[in-house]
Amino acid sequence: MTPILEIKNLTHTYSVGTPFQRSAVEDVSFAVEEGEFLGLIGHTGSGKSTLIQHLNGLLKPTSGQILLNGKDIWAEPKKIRDVRFQVGLVFQYPEYQLFEETVYKDIAYGPTNKGLTGDALDRCVREAARLVGVRDDQLNKSPFELSGGQKRRVALAGVLAMEPKVLVLDEPTAGLDPAGRENLMANIQNYHRNKGTTIILVSHSMDEIAQNVDRIVVLKSAHVLMSGTPRKVFAWAEELISAGLDVPRITQVAMALRRRGLDIDPAVYTADALEKQLLALREEGDRPC
Amino acid sequence: MSEMIQTDSLRFSYPVDEGEKPVYALRGVDLTIEKGSFTVILGHNGSGKSTLAKTFNAVLLPAGGKVYVEGMDTLDQELLLEIRQRVGMVFQNPDNQIVANVVEEDVAFAPENLGVPTEEIRRRVDAALKAVGMEDFVTHAPHLLSGGQKQRIAIAGVIAMEPACIVLDESTAMLDPIGRREVLTTVHRLNREKGITVIMITHHMNEAEAADRVIVMSDGRVELDGTPAEVFKNVTRLRTMGLTVPDTVDLLDRLKRDGWDVPLDALSVEDCADAVCACLGKK
Amino acid sequence: MLKDITLGQYFPGDTPAHRLDPRTKILLVLLYIIALFCAKSLVSYGLLALTLALCVRISKVGLKSLVRGLKPVLFIIVFTGVLNLFFTPGDVYLLAWGPFRISDTGLRNAVYMVLRIMLLIMGTFLMTYTTSPISLTDGLERLLNGLKRFRFPVHELTMIMSIALRFIPTLIEETDKIMSAQKARGADFESGNLIEKAKAMIPILVPLFISAFRRADELATAMECRCYHGGEGRTKLHILQYQRRDYIALALGTLILGSVIFLHFRGL
Repeated sequence: MTPILEIKNLTHTYSVGTPFQRSAVEDVSFAVEEGEFLGLIGHTGSGKSTLIQHLNGLLKPTSGQILLNGKDIWAEPKKIRDVRFQVGLVFQYPEYQLFEETVYKDIAYGPTNKGLTGDALDRCVREAARLVGVRDDQLNKSPFELSGGQKRRVALAGVLAMEPKVLVLDEPTAGLDPAGRENLMANIQNYHRNKGTTIILVSHSMDEIAQNVDRIVVLKSAHVLMSGTPRKVFAWAEELISAGLDVPRITQVAMALRRRGLDIDPAVYTADALEKQLLALREEGDRPC
Repeated sequence: MSEMIQTDSLRFSYPVDEGEKPVYALRGVDLTIEKGSFTVILGHNGSGKSTLAKTFNAVLLPAGGKVYVEGMDTLDQELLLEIRQRVGMVFQNPDNQIVANVVEEDVAFAPENLGVPTEEIRRRVDAALKAVGMEDFVTHAPHLLSGGQKQRIAIAGVIAMEPACIVLDESTAMLDPIGRREVLTTVHRLNREKGITVIMITHHMNEAEAADRVIVMSDGRVELDGTPAEVFKNVTRLRTMGLTVPDTVDLLDRLKRDGWDVPLDALSVEDCADAVCACLGKK
Repeated sequence: MLKDITLGQYFPGDTPAHRLDPRTKILLVLLYIIALFCAKSLVSYGLLALTLALCVRISKVGLKSLVRGLKPVLFIIVFTGVLNLFFTPGDVYLLAWGPFRISDTGLRNAVYMVLRIMLLIMGTFLMTYTTSPISLTDGLERLLNGLKRFRFPVHELTMIMSIALRFIPTLIEETDKIMSAQKARGADFESGNLIEKAKAMIPILVPLFISAFRRADELATAMECRCYHGGEGRTKLHILQYQRRDYIALALGTLILGSVIFLHFRGL
């Protein structure tokens, strides 16, 4: 089966031919399978932002290709807008892009650009609002009257309403409080499960990544450093730390326990899993450290 | 006199339209912040934590009760500049608090306002930049710096007033992990080496772990107050207030429910591992 | 693409041109502009072009970046040139083609006008390229200081200027970001007629304005927290002081202006 999205030898160089020439992404290749929940990590300056802006054709590769359903998205440059409806990109702090008089109209902006009208448009808007937990009575309010967390949901709905095949989220929970973060991630998980949409999540929070994604791609200074399931990636804790990244707190505890001689799987990364392992160890009996 | 800031049944409400009932963001807060201490104030959005912080240097004035800064009443207009010079404030968005387009000029802004003589400004600017580890960026343009670096410049801009206390109002919220670490290390160093009182507002639980004291706000009131270990023990209460606990405490809490005899106040990774080992060994 | 704007750009350096007091540079540009308007012969223009060339050489800015600064006003230059070229009546017509006639005066005027605008813009840019915006506003504040007596809000004005300069890069970056975000929602800024294009700008302008107001609000609070209370009693990190080089530069500037005026009255 062809992957829904394939990044092939992607290189993007800024300011070509000037002393400031610099490659933000260099020879990056990986594929995203349909229905996958992929985590993209790497610290600021690793090339994440440049990379994700290629996925919907906001940036054009200096060399390399982006294949959507096996087709180069730049094969017909005039049709690049169609790609943007298929690959929805939600930027960091998306609430700052709200501009309409009402929440409803703002959510409708994307699908209207896509060419939807009448009932089809209404259905898209209402469904997107429902998916992110925006209430019906809020649809006729001005988006600027809402709280920060609510605005963020409206902005997210504005992209969901285009019914993209792939959803790219750049730090969707940045700046929210713990409850807000948890709620929003639950909404996104639900959306992923119910709709089967492919999701690419960019996040600095290892715990968020650990709890949500099926597979992780780690970027470091314009290259892919490693990729694989969370189990596999977090087992390389030392390499992650030396790349300037955090590992989940629970992985750190597991590492500390291993150092104390306990037989703990180094790939454990959630409190739930570690709890189970410790309980099992205790069942086995005499294994003091 | 060892109190830096004292609040006395402090109440505050944001202005509402006429005829509407005022909603209190702060409903009776009594706190004493000791000089030289490192305090973290936690709370979910709308808990009143940022409002509280803004009353500490008279950006917001009490609607009831009092706030004293080193004994000075913040309601006294005459003392305004003095109070603001004693309690410096660093905000959330680094871009919106940098005034000048050269680092040294920005750090000099506060002393210039205070009428400090030129040679003294030079000394303070250099000292402040050194204190935040940005001495190599004297003539740089702030907009080209990283988030963490910008926030350190903002801190330097406050340090240049030679304040006794700095309040950081969610100053790490917009930063990446590296920037957050930079800011955290910087304020801890300022607290340790210069004895500056630090009050840090945040909703990142792990930033509270190294503090002397953690205050948890909810619904305009102080809900919990104590050392980090004392506060984070209250796992269930914190969760009902919309907050999380550090993962280490979460793990210990789970084990405790499974019948293990583990303490809940082992916050750091190493302490947590020790606690788990001790319990396994005891069996 | 918005990053290509060169106006107000500063190229840091440590040449005599950079080291001059900003007040000197502002005054020199003023002298230069006056001289440009007095010049009415090729000799004078030659002298002034030579002066600029020399200054460019000293400043090490590079003629290329200076010429690039002309790009945004290229249209005005061409327009003025063409207007003068075809529509100035004169004694002798060099070329006639229907209603378009080029007279000798027209040709001369066109050449002078184009030269004048180009030199004027390049001269001003040379100043902004070699002077940091902050010292430029500083210099302006000091030069205008005398006007304070007439209740002219000099401090406030220069404060506004320097904050505006400080926020230009931030707002440009923000505009880029908002544009990308709306493009990701299928916005189309390229096609359509003028009205449709203007309409397409609303999703960019509204968020931009809202964010600018929010920034202004937060900045005002941050400034107050740093004890800002107007210009009264303020001191400065850098105090401007005229050096020997400033006097020399001003003397040379006056000399050049003097020569141009002299040539002017000699009919050259």
